[in-house]
Amino acid sequence: MTKMERKRAEKVPSGIPGLDLVSKGGLPSARSVVVAGTSGSGKTVFGAQFLAAGITEMGEPGVFVTCEESPEDIRANIASFGWDVPRWEEEGTWRFVDASRNLDDVPVRAGGYDLAALLARIEDAVARVGAKRVVVDSLDALFSRFEGDAAFRHELHRVIGLLNSLGVTTVLTAERDSDYGANSRRGVEEFVADNLILLRNVLSSERRRRTLEIVKFRGATHDKGEFGFSITPKGISVIPHLDIGHDRVMSNDRLSIGNPDVDAMCDGGIFRDSVMLVSGAAGTGKTLLTAAFVDSAARDGERCLVFSFEERREQWFRNAKGWGYDFHQLEQDGLLKVVSDYPEVATLEDHLLAITAEVETFKPQRIAIDSLSALERVATPDSFRKFAVSLSAYLKHHGITSLLTSTTPTFLGGASPNEAHLSTVTDLIILLRHTEIGGELRRGLTVLKMRGSRHDHGVREFTVDENGMTLGAPYETPFGLTKEIGVLRPSTLDVTDAEVDEDEDAEEDADANPDGEANADTGEGPDTDEDSWR
Amino acid sequence: MMPSFHFELYVAGDAPRSRTAVRSLTELCEERLSGRYELDVIDVLAHPERAEQAKILATPTLLRLRPAPRVRIVGDLSLTANVVAGLGLDGEDEGDERDDA
Repeated sequence: MTKMERKRAEKVPSGIPGLDLVSKGGLPSARSVVVAGTSGSGKTVFGAQFLAAGITEMGEPGVFVTCEESPEDIRANIASFGWDVPRWEEEGTWRFVDASRNLDDVPVRAGGYDLAALLARIEDAVARVGAKRVVVDSLDALFSRFEGDAAFRHELHRVIGLLNSLGVTTVLTAERDSDYGANSRRGVEEFVADNLILLRNVLSSERRRRTLEIVKFRGATHDKGEFGFSITPKGISVIPHLDIGHDRVMSNDRLSIGNPDVDAMCDGGIFRDSVMLVSGAAGTGKTLLTAAFVDSAARDGERCLVFSFEERREQWFRNAKGWGYDFHQLEQDGLLKVVSDYPEVATLEDHLLAITAEVETFKPQRIAIDSLSALERVATPDSFRKFAVSLSAYLKHHGITSLLTSTTPTFLGGASPNEAHLSTVTDLIILLRHTEIGGELRRGLTVLKMRGSRHDHGVREFTVDENGMTLGAPYETPFGLTKEIGVLRPSTLDVTDAEVDEDEDAEEDADANPDGEANADTGEGPDTDEDSWR
Repeated sequence: MMPSFHFELYVAGDAPRSRTAVRSLTELCEERLSGRYELDVIDVLAHPERAEQAKILATPTLLRLRPAPRVRIVGDLSLTANVVAGLGLDGEDEGDERDDA
């Protein structure tokens, strides 16, 4: 390792949203990064976006060396992302080096050769536009023409050596045969790449999940692990775990949940920037609590953003009106924004991006998602878990007081499998249940856990009328409300999930245990949780 | 009259392989195609735009532009048998002009 390499590498912004967070600033400057992935994993888009962002955001021209598709195809294929390559070519900020195969002639081999012509062409193109960024897509297409030639590794080193000597930052794409195989097809990352990023496109439980992993950045730091990404109409967008809020000062402000009785059970209200989970079967009052939460936000003069994944906007407003809330007025006043979407219209990553996009524009102090569990329908348990961790961390980081609802799969309660994931990333859990007592179906409420605070452990029956929810006296006789609680433990639900570690189980046992003093959880809880969920 | 054979030979400066290719090709052409060929030697280091136009990656690369079809031969042309076969010169040593079908 040379002295240069030991020095911490400078980085250039990648132009790929989210990646610079994960990569701590972007791609290593004036170096080569191999971006490897299976066919269709987004390698070409990654490369094109790196150049496009260089031009539009950094004023850095780029050269695209295409070894597989023709420049015509590349121009056409990426136009849909809004990248106007023909205009950039005219302006002299984007230049192609066309190293795609000539279909009209198959070369005959007659002695030794090297890639001096390609090198001269790249050097010429870089000089003509003053390029700072170069993409070679892909190494495999280039070297497939020289199959069986031991010299190709030597030539590859020359290509990379030239690019490094030109002071440009280079993305080299490489083909992998499988998402979790050891090597790229020709093992290029093993011997040329100081810097390696893997793109995966994994089929899991009949759903595609795209992930990005920075395997190594020599001489530079980066986050480890796989990060979900999505190919949006604007290109690739990486979803960082966003668990960046640990060093944030926890708030001691208490806010009203919107119902004085429930506030009283929570020792005066919920903490600002805490994340609350309301779990219950259909018809137990989750949306009512959500409406009360919105109303209390407005009373405090705070903006609330609502995502309704189970009911359409108008239905949601009508429900609220039935309980006496005029939310159309709040929307007009700019204190409320209700977004309704079908979970199936997008992947989980897209939903998370949509939520963060709304947060960035509406800048709410509170958010309600009714129901979060509806998104389980478009997710595998593993991706839902990561989503829940990211979402919770994101909301906390932005100091947003959050109410998430979870609909249990049966009418009489019972936990949905993913409630285990949700419970670890939430600070307060309220259970709502239907229970049959004396031939009547009644509704009960209890506060299952509240981090950093005392709370009422009682089970309260409640009624709902046009004035909203009213809690009755603490229930003395067995109500059966918590009989399902044991099911909330990941240790019983997630035995197939290898990533649940032992500490997590222990923590969760404590959280989920409604008896005893186990709920005297402190602010250390979230750290433990989120670390182990990484 | 237009020579019946037209070649372009792309080389990288005066690298050893480039010199070998120029020498090999000139000898072969003089031997078999004397007076009936045209040869342009293009230095890609001095004229990268020519390499771009012809989509040349490797040097040396020999293009046979005429007669059709276009033939591309990669290497220093030291493997004369491959060059002869590739260019369709098998029957050219006796002045018998014939295209490879």
